[in-house]
Amino acid sequence: MTEKLSSFPGGLVLDGQKRRSTQTPIRQMPLSKKLILPLQQHIGEASVPIVEVGDKVLKGQKIARAEGHVSVCLHAPSSGVIHAINEQPIPHPSGLSALCISIETDGEDRWIDHQGINDFTQLSEHELRQRIRIAGIVGLGGAGFPSFIKLNPGVQHHIDTLILNGVECEPYITCDDMLMREHANGILDGIEIMQYALQVKNTIIAIEDNKSEAISAIEQALTQRKLPNTRVVVVPTRYPAGSEKQLIQVLTGKQVPTGKLPIDLSIVCHNVGTSYAIGRAINHGEPLISRIVTVTGTDVKHAGNFEVLFGTPMDELLAFCDTKHQPGEPFILGGPMMGYNLSGVNLPVTKTANCILVGVDNAAPQSKPMPCIRCGECATACPVSLLPQQLYWHARAKDLEKTQEYNLFDCIECGCCSYVCPSKIPLVHYFRFAKTETMNQQQETLKADHARIRHDNRQDRQELEKKEKQERQRQRKAALAATKAAKEKEAAEQSDEVDNVENK
Amino acid sequence: MPLSRLSSPFLSGTNRVTLQMLQLLLALVPAVIAIVYFFGPGVLITMALAIVLALLAEALMLKLRNRPLKPFLTDGSAIVTAVLLAIALPPLAPWWLVTIGVLFAIIFAKHLYGGLGYNPFNPAMVAYVVLLISFPLEMTTWLPVTILSEHPLDIASAFQMIFTGQTSSGISIDALSGATPLDAMKTQIGLLQHPVDIVQQPLFGLFGGKGWEWINVLFIVGGLYLIYRRVISWHIPVSMLAALTLISAITWFVSPELAGSPLFHLLSGGTMLGAFFIATDPITASTTVKGRIVFGAGVGLLTYIIRVWGGYPDGIAFAVLLMNMLVPLIDYYTQPKVYGAK
Repeated sequence: MTEKLSSFPGGLVLDGQKRRSTQTPIRQMPLSKKLILPLQQHIGEASVPIVEVGDKVLKGQKIARAEGHVSVCLHAPSSGVIHAINEQPIPHPSGLSALCISIETDGEDRWIDHQGINDFTQLSEHELRQRIRIAGIVGLGGAGFPSFIKLNPGVQHHIDTLILNGVECEPYITCDDMLMREHANGILDGIEIMQYALQVKNTIIAIEDNKSEAISAIEQALTQRKLPNTRVVVVPTRYPAGSEKQLIQVLTGKQVPTGKLPIDLSIVCHNVGTSYAIGRAINHGEPLISRIVTVTGTDVKHAGNFEVLFGTPMDELLAFCDTKHQPGEPFILGGPMMGYNLSGVNLPVTKTANCILVGVDNAAPQSKPMPCIRCGECATACPVSLLPQQLYWHARAKDLEKTQEYNLFDCIECGCCSYVCPSKIPLVHYFRFAKTETMNQQQETLKADHARIRHDNRQDRQELEKKEKQERQRQRKAALAATKAAKEKEAAEQSDEVDNVENK
Repeated sequence: MPLSRLSSPFLSGTNRVTLQMLQLLLALVPAVIAIVYFFGPGVLITMALAIVLALLAEALMLKLRNRPLKPFLTDGSAIVTAVLLAIALPPLAPWWLVTIGVLFAIIFAKHLYGGLGYNPFNPAMVAYVVLLISFPLEMTTWLPVTILSEHPLDIASAFQMIFTGQTSSGISIDALSGATPLDAMKTQIGLLQHPVDIVQQPLFGLFGGKGWEWINVLFIVGGLYLIYRRVISWHIPVSMLAALTLISAITWFVSPELAGSPLFHLLSGGTMLGAFFIATDPITASTTVKGRIVFGAGVGLLTYIIRVWGGYPDGIAFAVLLMNMLVPLIDYYTQPKVYGAK
């Protein structure tokens, strides 16, 4: 492919460390005795359980329904009995707990009756989206946004280009790479369905040039399938090319305007893993119950990619790969640049868990950071053209207004600035802190405003009530006076009459 | 546990402050060799004295400010300040001049502003200017390049000269000293001589001052190495030299009797030292790309204005300090356009 590509400012050429986990084919993780399924594994509202403790469930059976618009269903990854519906620790940067359904598996792994559709063009776009929603499919690239919404452009938008993101720019992660190598046809199945649902003109499958096997696998599958206007575009390996906005810039030269979405440029992006899941859901009737997870790192003896049922405890997965955890070393969920440190590994694998990383080369140093020497390397590396160094000064001084002036919320937290900093300042950490603080403040302001308005309204209401009361009193008094006057008048008239009579 | 281990990114590049400082010192080596060749070994003694004093002053200030000694003494920044000042001083500057300069640079210009990273002015240039204003005679007592062929200076006699003011054979500093080419150019233009005639004198070489021109060329070599190793970016040197070339070329064509040629200005005095090693000091220079271009151009223009119309023969130090003052303003108005901004 010799297509003219654009590029984004900054970025980094990182040591991919991909070979570590691409030496073996995707393996099946053995069935775990217990599966723990958080009700919220996606962006939006948590799903609502439709089973009760003690219920028997089959593999692929729906156990929670979507609640509200931005939500998807949840299914039992294997057959067994509902053991509990309660709060359990979930994978989260702050180590939160949330409502989960626990299933004790029976080892039979028996499927519920399910069947795919031979010709999906028999379905309307709306029916397709509903099926994708019911199948519980969310973006498998890491964000977990319900996919059916991104397949619904709405009446006011028309989609020109569908971008399949197979860039996978973070070091160590190879789940999309391996999926493309081994299931190219399954990915194309999903692409065909999305093309139909979106009525797109062009489809681009973007893959980084360090994945030659994946590129040839997809290209080979494409020559057999002949999807209309669909092509593979090989993008240069430069982190973070796989970030949606940066990928759009590389492929089209356009920037998604601040506050807008790719759809405003007539573009929709989906991850290749999501595409595969959509293909399975529509053509085979299988809901989303597992995903490919990369388990890798310097302390993982048998690194590789595994097909893992959701709810499988991470510690079992790590033990399966023979992991030697060093004391004090982080368990990273996601990649080394944007992932987060898990509080422990007694946590379930969820829909968004693409990689578990234990042990990295070139780990960030333990020593205290040096002062900023204003070298500007961070600004050179920033893919969104921020000035991380200025942001750092203001974040450190807790001058939140100033951080907004320097566009804090445009930061994508890719970590390039921290990586290049010669003083080893954890810049992104400061930016996350400033973002959270700002959002808290805004929340507080909202609350305060709300309280003030309520107070004002109450006062107005009391004022009104007081006036009404006074008015009523006045009316009553007036009425009283009127009746009194009338009575007097009556009395006077009567006496007049009496007088008259007497006078007669 | 340090923050860096708690949140992403968990990877870190190989860049270090110390590494940058070491590269900078390495890049100065060729020019320092040239200085020794043309002006004798005095600069090495001055440099050694300056480094020792700088480290002592740094340690003292860190102690007083309750800061850890090891990371800051080994970051190399104090040594860089000492070396840059030593190069800027006259080759046989008396020991007390060096001492005052170094102490002022480290204690006042650096630590009283908060130490590494917090000083708004380049410490070496602050010290240089303080010395220039306070001790104008000593600061302008240079060796003419030609004198060394008559009175070769070995390291021992240079040592005696720096610490006692004369050699054991009784030669005093005054017997050796003379004006710098920039100084001579300025004085003689004042006496209504034409620059074209002035450069015919033995003090001048092919393009600039004799000896000075080669030192400047070797500063360029070192500077290109720094750009290649990404210790500095090209913006400041290029815009500074472009501005200096432009204004001196205009003057040269409009009224050649007013000042030296563009090449003379580029290859005399501290031009190249300033362009690649002083103005590029990250702490005190502008940090945005556009800002660096503005900053460099400002240094170039001010250098020329001070050299030609100001009271001092060279203007690098003043130009850098004046532009340092404008850095916050420049940085504020040269912010890059963020992704997706209209």
